[in-house]
Amino acid sequence: MEWETVIGLEVHVQLATKTKIFSGSSTAFGAEPNTQACAIDLAMPGTLPVVNAEAYRLAVMFGLGIDAEIAKRSFFERKNYFYPDVPKGYQTTQLDSPIVGPGHVDITLDDGSTKSIRIHHAHLEEDAGKSVHEGFYDMSGIDLNRAGTPLIEIVSEPDISNSEEAVAFAKKLHGIVTSLGISDGDMSQGSMRFDVNISVRKPGDELGTRTETKNLNSFKFMEDCIALEVERQIDLIENGGKIKQETRLYNGDTGVARSMRSKEEANDYRYFPCPDLLPVEIDDEYIEAVRSTMPELPSARKARFISELGLSDYDAETLSSDAVQASFFEQAAATASDAKLAANWVMGEVSAHLNSDEISISEAPITGELLGGLIVRIKDNTISNKIAKDVFEAMWAGEGDADSVIEAKGLKQVSDTGALEAIVDEVLAASEAMVEEYINTEESKRKKKLGGFMGPIMKASKGQANPRAVNEILLKKLNERL
Amino acid sequence: MDRSDIAKLAELARLQISNEHADEVAQSITDVLALVDQLQAANTEGVSPMAHPLDAVQRLRADVVTEPNQREAFQAQAPATDKGHYLVPKVID
Repeated sequence: MEWETVIGLEVHVQLATKTKIFSGSSTAFGAEPNTQACAIDLAMPGTLPVVNAEAYRLAVMFGLGIDAEIAKRSFFERKNYFYPDVPKGYQTTQLDSPIVGPGHVDITLDDGSTKSIRIHHAHLEEDAGKSVHEGFYDMSGIDLNRAGTPLIEIVSEPDISNSEEAVAFAKKLHGIVTSLGISDGDMSQGSMRFDVNISVRKPGDELGTRTETKNLNSFKFMEDCIALEVERQIDLIENGGKIKQETRLYNGDTGVARSMRSKEEANDYRYFPCPDLLPVEIDDEYIEAVRSTMPELPSARKARFISELGLSDYDAETLSSDAVQASFFEQAAATASDAKLAANWVMGEVSAHLNSDEISISEAPITGELLGGLIVRIKDNTISNKIAKDVFEAMWAGEGDADSVIEAKGLKQVSDTGALEAIVDEVLAASEAMVEEYINTEESKRKKKLGGFMGPIMKASKGQANPRAVNEILLKKLNERL
Repeated sequence: MDRSDIAKLAELARLQISNEHADEVAQSITDVLALVDQLQAANTEGVSPMAHPLDAVQRLRADVVTEPNQREAFQAQAPATDKGHYLVPKVID
């Protein structure tokens, strides 16, 4: 009998503020250890936290982006546990009054169907520091630069049924937060991290016992980890075992997951309202002010790509999801004055090169404008599609814009009739047998025979002959022989 | 509250409470809980829960960096540091 998978996600998103949620320390990534950890972040006695207004504003903007209720009054609570990278002995977070209430995120699946995933709530909290277990002999090193970085934790309802939906949901959330500019969404730097709650059951049964796999930082790892955990749970149950509610860690590089030790006892966090912080109150005017400054959401962008640029639903969906990719595409389309060609290039060559180089579009070695410049040269017949791919390779390798690559490599397409006629004559002279065959073929079948000449002609022109011009000349010359 | 409750709380709070002392602590906490029971008996219908005893709202801070790097001063007080890190006994989950 079939098994049914039930998945819920908890997503941590680092907010793009300049300073921490409760202190004026910088949140810039990559600083020397502990150079951005002030007395408040270190939990020195006598310090008091003060809430960062920007963190609140970004959290409210996220709530508006997922059609959620915004709490007019919210407060912070303490989640108590001991770990060296949480110097206060508690994490300041929200439990009973999260800033963002119930909302929803709508996903589109590969078969074109859509599904609405409900969001239970999203709350503001502070990030922990980092523990480094290598390089300090039998000690652990603690870097508190990240301690106090503002996060929103987004908690979904268990509405997700498989890894495809989970990844689509994660990507959609990524698109929303990057489009709104509330986070850089850089998963390699931990700006967005996913905890996946997974259980299995027979259809119609009560929910099964769930496990939580923490801190997944790529879509691929999430997909692989879900497949692995679902299989593990089904195997275990079918062999008479029982699922233990536990926290698991997945190592994406080795593809191995394991249970985390030592957490059983610590599950009692003894939350209570933080006496150091007063409740935060906002009003409708505040919410409307945030709404009025909201950048375009992926769904609105998709609609615009369809109505204004004439893209297909599929192309618009693909290109609108990520803010950086969308703006890359729009630049290319504007420069080339051709949205369809720009869409094909971004989803084709650009995306293939990003994948093989394992980089994100923000790290691409070319801009949308440069790509647009290349497309312009295809449209005005300076180069063929085939040559354009070579030019693209060179541009990607940093050899300059399309025009300088075409110039430097002498790739300009030959449309000059005189030069093409000479090449065609040369090839026909060398292929008497094929010419005879063409002449002796029935008129209706002759067209098929043309292809045999195209190869040698393109080769003789080093790929630079304009195929359409060659075709015309070839037909004319062959028909003269009939 | 019995000894096992106290042992669990002590573990969570990282406190060391000896067996002899545990009964005394259990009694004290039981007394506190009796006071809580008394409070819970009060009729709170129509009263919304209070997040803070002060009847005031939080002032928010502008998102501007105000804290300079004072690592050297802070680390002078730490028992052990290396390569800019605070050192603690090895913890791995």
